[in-house]
Amino acid sequence: MVQLTLPKNSTIRTGKTWPKPEGATNLRKFQIYRWNPDDDENPRVDTYFVDVDSCGPMILDALIKIKNEIDPTLTFRRSCREGICGSCAMNIDGINTLACIYGMDEVKGDVKIYPLPHMPVVKDLIPDLTHFYAQHASIHPWLETETPRPAKEWRQSIEDREKLDGLYECVMCACCSTACPSYWWNGDRYLGPAALLHAYRWIIDSRDEATGERLDDLEDPFKLYRCHTIMNCAKTCPKGLNPAKAIAEIKKKMVERAV
Amino acid sequence: MSYMTDRKRADPWGSAKTGTQHHWRVKVQSVALLVLIPLFLIAVAPAIGKDYAGVTDHFARPFPAIVAALALTVSFVHFADGFQTLIEDYVHNDWAKFIIIGMTCLCWGAAAVTIFAVARLAL
Repeated sequence: MVQLTLPKNSTIRTGKTWPKPEGATNLRKFQIYRWNPDDDENPRVDTYFVDVDSCGPMILDALIKIKNEIDPTLTFRRSCREGICGSCAMNIDGINTLACIYGMDEVKGDVKIYPLPHMPVVKDLIPDLTHFYAQHASIHPWLETETPRPAKEWRQSIEDREKLDGLYECVMCACCSTACPSYWWNGDRYLGPAALLHAYRWIIDSRDEATGERLDDLEDPFKLYRCHTIMNCAKTCPKGLNPAKAIAEIKKKMVERAV
Repeated sequence: MSYMTDRKRADPWGSAKTGTQHHWRVKVQSVALLVLIPLFLIAVAPAIGKDYAGVTDHFARPFPAIVAALALTVSFVHFADGFQTLIEDYVHNDWAKFIIIGMTCLCWGAAAVTIFAVARLAL
C-alpha cells in the first residue's frame, strides 16, 4: 500500500541555527534540509543567515556563499549556473526548480530548501537519480534507423524540425518527475514525465524509423498509463516545457493506431 | 537486496502490450456520460414526488427507461474501470488483483440489477 507517513528514522528534526554574519544589515534566513548517511542521525533542518548585500541574486549564489563562508559541509550539486546542466534541481519554497535560475526575490519570507521530493537522498540536497537515469536510458534516447546511413546527414525539413521544439530543451533535471504524484507512488514502474517527454521527442522525430517499436515498448498500464494529467510536471518545469502534453500526444498516437 | 543492474531494475518485465484499450474505453465512457447524465436528470426529474403507480407509468415510456438504463449501466462500468486505475495506483501487493476482481464483479452485478429494475418498471 501507499505510505503516507515517514518512517521514524526519516522524520525531520530541528537542526542547528548558525550565527548571523557580523556587521550585516540585510539578512535573509535560509532553512535547509540536512542529512548525512555517515552519522546515523535523523534528517534535520539547519538555519543559516545570508548577507544579501554581498551575495548574488540567485538561490544558488546563496548556497555557494553558505558553503564557502558558513558551513563547508553543506552538500549540493551544481555546475553551469545558467539553467543548462540541470544539476542544481531542488525543492525551493515548495517548488521543484533549478537553484541557479530561481531568484531570492521570488521567495516570500524564509527560504526553505529541500532535496527533490520522494527520491532516496545521497546527502543533504543530493537525490539519488540512478533509477531516473536508467528509466531515461530504457526509452532508447537516440536515433534508431534501418536505412543505411546516408553519405552526408539524415535530412529533416524545417517543419519536421519544428516539431521537436518544446521537447529537445529538456535538461533532465528531474523536477517534473519528482513533482508527479503518480511517479511518487509508482516510480519503480511508471517512467515519469521526463522519460516520456524524451520518448515522445524520438517518436515524433521524422528521421527515426523505430516509431512502432517505441510505441510498443510504451504500451503498458504502468510505464505510460499511470499519467493522470495532474499537470504538476508542466507547472514545475524550470525550462517552461510541458511533459503532460507530450504524454497526451503519445496516448493519442496509441489510440490512433489501435482504433 | 538483489544484485540487479540499474537498467534491469528500470524495466524488469518489458511492455505488457496493453493499456490503450482500457484508456480508450474510459474516454468513450466519459464522453457518453457527459451526454447521458444530463439526459438522465431530465428523464428522471418528472418522476420525483410521484407515487409508485406514477413512477411505473413514467418509466413505461421508452425515453426515461432507456436513458436511465444506459446512464446507470455506463456509470457502473465506468466506476469499475476507474476503480481499477485507483487500485493500480495505490495498492502494491497481491490484494490488488482480488480487490479489482471483486469490485468489477460488484459493478457488473449492479449494472445487471439496474437493467432488471428498469425493465421491471418499464414492462
